[in-house]
Amino acid sequence: MKVLKIIAFILLLTFVGIQFIPTSRNQNDIVPATDLMQVYNVPENVEVIFKTSCYDCHSNNTAYPWYNKIQPGSWIMEGHIKEGKSELNFNEFGSYSERRQKSKFKSILSQVKDGEMPLASYTLIHRDAKLSENEKKTLEDWINKMLESL
Amino acid sequence: MKKFKTALGMVAIALTLLTVMSCKDTKKSDEHMEMDQDGMNHKGDENMEMDQNGMQNDEMMHQDQKTSKTTAILNSYLELKNALVADNTEVAATTGKTLFDALAKFDQSSIAEAQKQEVIDIIENAREQAEHISENSGKMDHQREHFEILSNDIKDLIAITGTDRVLYKTFCPMYNKGKGGMWLSETKEIKNPYFGSKMMKCGEIQEEIK
Repeated sequence: MKVLKIIAFILLLTFVGIQFIPTSRNQNDIVPATDLMQVYNVPENVEVIFKTSCYDCHSNNTAYPWYNKIQPGSWIMEGHIKEGKSELNFNEFGSYSERRQKSKFKSILSQVKDGEMPLASYTLIHRDAKLSENEKKTLEDWINKMLESL
Repeated sequence: MKKFKTALGMVAIALTLLTVMSCKDTKKSDEHMEMDQDGMNHKGDENMEMDQNGMQNDEMMHQDQKTSKTTAILNSYLELKNALVADNTEVAATTGKTLFDALAKFDQSSIAEAQKQEVIDIIENAREQAEHISENSGKMDHQREHFEILSNDIKDLIAITGTDRVLYKTFCPMYNKGKGGMWLSETKEIKNPYFGSKMMKCGEIQEEIK
């Protein structure tokens, strides 16, 4: 019994302790000229979808939820954002070669269609980021139009 | 008291799990960054596979210098294609990695200045597709989606560099909900890498590339 108490105490200490470890925040108010919305004429309903469902992990500016203030939640999210941004950063979309933009559009299409993106672990908490069939269709139609023009 | 213990135990497990998970994430993205760096400066790779390169170089001496530069790329591209034809997702992943490395070693020195940027773009894009294929063993649909993008890159690359062998540009109009998918094949016989055994014969040769 005593041992258990000690273990519990140590764990509690660790939990409190890790709260003091800083994580880097992905926040930036400046929207660069290479942002997807700056380089292409994106209709408002499509823009809303991108911003609510994609931009948290695929841009330089995350709207942090409450649980991200508590460790180890913020480490997990930090990892996702880092990976997400290296894969696709909408803030830098305009700096991609035309070929890469095309590939990214194609990959967005298939990821959304297969339900791989947005991540299930993300939409679990961000209910508004979950894409409805209508939103998927809106997004798909717009991207298809872009692919034809590129 | 007992309830308290169970609750504590659960918290402990949850914490450990979360910590392990977050560590895994960081590691993964670090690897990613290392790989990117390798791409920019492939000295390390060259050292590791000096012997192999040496051997290949000797063989290549007899061939046309320009076209032989794509030999390693085409070898692994076709291997990858055949793995997808055989519905073998593991082999597709390993050949994806071989292709990723072959693309990194591509020698751009003989490319004309005007085409250099395009070649850089093609290689960069193709590497990204190869990387995804190598990292997604078990998700063959996903591998095939990237293979479709990759095939266009390889086609555009050899349009500039030329090819060391005869290739058949083959097209399956049924792939991707009727948008179709193109691939390059070393044989005239149709073996579909997008559907594999489900629809092996779907496709038609559109062009013979020499």
